[in-house]
Amino acid sequence: MQDIVRELEKKRAAAELGGGPQRIEAQHKKGKLTARERIELLLDPGTFEEWDMFVEHRCVDFGMDQQSIPGDGVVTGYGTVNGRVVFVFSQDFTVFGGSLSEAHAEKICKIMDHAIKVGAPVIGLNDSGGARIQEGVASLGGYADVFQRNVLASGVVPQISLIMGPCAGGAVYSPAMTDFIFMVKDSSYMFVTGPDVVKTVTHEEVTHEELGGAVTHSTVSGVADRAFENDVEALAMLRRFINYLPANNREPPPHRPTPDSADRVEPSLDTLVPDSATKPYDMKELILKTVDDTDFFEIQPEHAKNIIVGFGRMEGYPVGIVANQPMVLAGCLDIKSSIKAARFVRFCDAFGIPILTFVDVPGFLPGTAQEYGGIIKHGSKLLYAYAEATVPKITLITRKAYGGAYDVMASKHLRGDVNVAWPSAEIAVMGPKGAVEIIFRKELDDPERIAELTEDYRVKFANPFIAGRRGFIDDVIMPRTTRKRICRSLAMLRNKRLENPWRKHGNIPL
Amino acid sequence: MGTFHFRNHWDLRVSSSTTMFSKILIANRGEIACRVIKTARRMGIRTVAVYSEADRDALHTLQADEAVCIGPPPSSESYLMIDRILEACRETGAEAVHPGYGFLSENAVFAERLADAGVTFIGPNVEAIRSMGDKITSKQLAQSAGVNTIPGHAGVISGPEEAVAIAREIGYPVMLKASAGGGGKGMRIARNDEECVAGIEAASREALSAFGDDRVFIEKYIDEPRHIEIQVLADRQGNVIHLGERECSLQRRHQKVIEEAPSPFLDAATRSAMGDQAVALARAVNYQSAGTVEFIVDPDRNFYFLEMNTRLQVEHPVTEYVTGLDLVEIMIRTAAGQTLPLTQSDVRLSGWSIEARVYAEDPFRGFLPSVGRLVRYLPPTESDAVRVDAGVYEGGEVSMYYDPMIAKLITHGETREQARERMRDALNEFHVRGVSHNISFLSALIEHRRFREGRLSTNLIAEEYPDGFHPSDAIHDDPALLIVVAAAVHRKYMDRAAGISGQLAGYERTIDDDWVVVMNGDQHHVETRPVTGGHDVTFGGERYRIRSEWQFGQPLFKGTINGTAVCLQIERRNMIYRLFHWGSQVDVMVLTARAAELLACMPVKEPPDTSRFLLSPMPGLLTQLRVDVGNDVQTGQDLAVIEAMKMENVLRAERDGKVSQVMAAVGDTLAVDQPILEFE
Repeated sequence: MQDIVRELEKKRAAAELGGGPQRIEAQHKKGKLTARERIELLLDPGTFEEWDMFVEHRCVDFGMDQQSIPGDGVVTGYGTVNGRVVFVFSQDFTVFGGSLSEAHAEKICKIMDHAIKVGAPVIGLNDSGGARIQEGVASLGGYADVFQRNVLASGVVPQISLIMGPCAGGAVYSPAMTDFIFMVKDSSYMFVTGPDVVKTVTHEEVTHEELGGAVTHSTVSGVADRAFENDVEALAMLRRFINYLPANNREPPPHRPTPDSADRVEPSLDTLVPDSATKPYDMKELILKTVDDTDFFEIQPEHAKNIIVGFGRMEGYPVGIVANQPMVLAGCLDIKSSIKAARFVRFCDAFGIPILTFVDVPGFLPGTAQEYGGIIKHGSKLLYAYAEATVPKITLITRKAYGGAYDVMASKHLRGDVNVAWPSAEIAVMGPKGAVEIIFRKELDDPERIAELTEDYRVKFANPFIAGRRGFIDDVIMPRTTRKRICRSLAMLRNKRLENPWRKHGNIPL
Repeated sequence: MGTFHFRNHWDLRVSSSTTMFSKILIANRGEIACRVIKTARRMGIRTVAVYSEADRDALHTLQADEAVCIGPPPSSESYLMIDRILEACRETGAEAVHPGYGFLSENAVFAERLADAGVTFIGPNVEAIRSMGDKITSKQLAQSAGVNTIPGHAGVISGPEEAVAIAREIGYPVMLKASAGGGGKGMRIARNDEECVAGIEAASREALSAFGDDRVFIEKYIDEPRHIEIQVLADRQGNVIHLGERECSLQRRHQKVIEEAPSPFLDAATRSAMGDQAVALARAVNYQSAGTVEFIVDPDRNFYFLEMNTRLQVEHPVTEYVTGLDLVEIMIRTAAGQTLPLTQSDVRLSGWSIEARVYAEDPFRGFLPSVGRLVRYLPPTESDAVRVDAGVYEGGEVSMYYDPMIAKLITHGETREQARERMRDALNEFHVRGVSHNISFLSALIEHRRFREGRLSTNLIAEEYPDGFHPSDAIHDDPALLIVVAAAVHRKYMDRAAGISGQLAGYERTIDDDWVVVMNGDQHHVETRPVTGGHDVTFGGERYRIRSEWQFGQPLFKGTINGTAVCLQIERRNMIYRLFHWGSQVDVMVLTARAAELLACMPVKEPPDTSRFLLSPMPGLLTQLRVDVGNDVQTGQDLAVIEAMKMENVLRAERDGKVSQVMAAVGDTLAVDQPILEFE
């Protein structure tokens, strides 16, 4: 018995050292923490229960039988974040460059299986050089085993990836299928093929950072949802993010008491929408003045900025917020913003998070780039996502709700539960000028007449009453009362039950 | 103005015997219009506001009993349109017009047209406006009224010999100025005969080349000049008194920044001499109403007439504080024909008052004016000793068309130091977001040693901040305060997070008391303990009892530390708490001990070198790009045009270079500091 305990201690010490002091120092020099240090910062202090510390790889080729490190390049287990259980795997770059062996994959699969079984989120801290080449196809099989679990867990438990080092080749597809990807600036990158291959094939010269760094993916590609300055910040923000998510698709989202009153009025919102219909304003001000404690966790803040998505709380209950941003592209919907919002809406729906939609949309962005890019198909994703969603849906039209984009943005027709408008709302097929130019095409050469007709159209349609008359909006509310009205609606909807017809799955236009 | 009360209210027996207007129109906007409305309302007079299309939702428009739109946003088409204002008087039946300051307040034609229309101008007579509005006439009038004017020789100077003779007569130092000039060209300071001879030649030569006219005149030059002005009051019965002085030496590019009453520099004799001369000048022009005689004062307390402002001054509240009089009320009553309620011997000055002008401008970017929506506007709490004169509200707009003043903050104290401390605390509480503002600059100024010691001059700002104002100009002298407040705030956030539902029963989150505050790269261990009404924080062996009602998301942290009142402004951005206190600004992180230890491994990221880039100085639309990749550019060359709030801003090259990359396209909406061009 004593021997066994001594042996255990020795093994633990070896496992905890990972790739050894030199590699740990090298990791630190790169501005990166080790796998275990990261877990320490992610979880509540002292709550990590490690599994499979003694797992070792089974590869005997290329001298691998001579080198084996307990844990095999990934630290796995569970712990709590603010007292709530999460499962976590953290790849250890100091051990075989964090490369994925069959055993390494099995460890990840084990905690994923458990997470699904007990209904708790899976958090992956990715820092891996890729496949364990010495293992060949066994390693590839390991990836696929993880992929399969990512898919089975999708919509069952939240899955979050934090990319904290390299993540290249096939390895990218596991994080890609998780719900959210966060990255660390300057020390992480993701790409399917690296700069060397790119150069050989397309003769493009590009750095790791430019090709797949945190900035690239959080601005250009939209692959990443947030980019953080360093490991410490990324892990702290990940903790904050988890507070918005339910443990699984059957649990209600977590409530967190707030001192912020549901009755709080914000008089300044009465002047948020400018007099001029063409003048932009910052939709974020509405969001920040509406949610609890002005806390808003934005998703993809630097990508497709013409739409804002993110999480907030109302009376302590999480909500997903989708809002057109008039400051960027006048708030038009385009390919990127449709995809961004559609994915967010589907996440909220899958996990029972009510959706708050703030609408100021003049329509879809015109142009060959959009049409050739498939705006028809991509735009319909957002339409599909909203129409399919059964969670409470509250929609507020602040200004423009024109054309097809009006329908898309959680309209009454897509089973919006509570649809309200500010007095400045204009719900119409299109703006007055465009409408008049079509309806009165023959009178176009008489500018005075056109101006008069435009004014007529404006008086008639540029208000919320036409839609109100048909019940497309439930009420016109004063901007200052927005928070109060939404809080009440959400409270009323808290026990909403709505189910779509049984089917294997819908066929969202991908 | 809330709770500010004037001490000496008008003697009602006098007023009841005379006529009073029942309705007045205020031909102005912003804070001064609101200021006049306030007094009129207290006097039971109905008010009419005039507004431009840009001011439809402005505070003065909303506050007046009636409001009349007088035209499009530019003041030349609205607030300066005499016809439109006369029409508004007719429409509303206003019997008198208060012009405020600026706009038409010193426009003799306006006063004349009003008189013709039978509307009373709440101000002096037309002649006084006209004569004091002319630099030469006013100086001549002042001289004949026995007012000191700057010694000088206005005639043509024949040569160096004559110049030296005149200079000796005036007394050195003297200034040699081009007769035709302006803007510093052909200007020389001479401190002795030699410099005078050299200066006269250089000045005429420069004057000739700059203006085609080599005539030069000589004037007394004043080192370390101070701007001190006397408030006068006069009625239509010929009574004239003065209310002492205001010192307005703190100026940035001739724009007053901080004013005070009394002046820390004047003695009773000088005050009385200046007052007597101001009164004499007012009498000489049959002055009626409130007016201000501005003087320049040299280090030996010699004072010289500068000009007379025939209107209410922006900085009139400091005089109101030390005299207890309502100057607007007196203007209205004297305009209605009532006599002044007090004689010179009744004037009592009590305590000290300071005014700071809060402008929408960015002190860290060369005081670039800022316009836009006031996303947050939380002025300090008003009291007997703190007054805020503002014409804005949260959600309102600072318009590009007018003066970018947000508010005037005025404090009073028994002593100068007390008024100064109250100003410091009030500035500290002043929270403005959405537009840039100069509050940190004002805070730094009133904390400046020279200000505290009263050693002012109109050159102070230029001398003390030669390269502009930088965050490093305001370093906090009590970092412990920032550390413990950050710790308490963070603890509150952590405790909130620990209150989340869905926790593993029996394994709920508990929050440790030990934290590390990271500030300016230094780590400070603190112990935080939540107690009723706040937190006890131990830092550096000291216990700080922090009590505060502060709640999450509130920008102001108000409370007490060990019983002493404290107020900080807080912004939370990701992990950073940005704290603002007494003009300084610092970023703080609060971490667990372990995270603080691991933070050492995190790379220190240098802010990117932006000198190779042309950055957008403001949010706006890129409307023109005048260069392309490969172009050589020269210093001063136009590179791009950004339209912000309908205003075109031309961006010019700061140095020679070659464009290596164009990073924005025409039509792009740019954020502040967004790169537009890169240079090689």
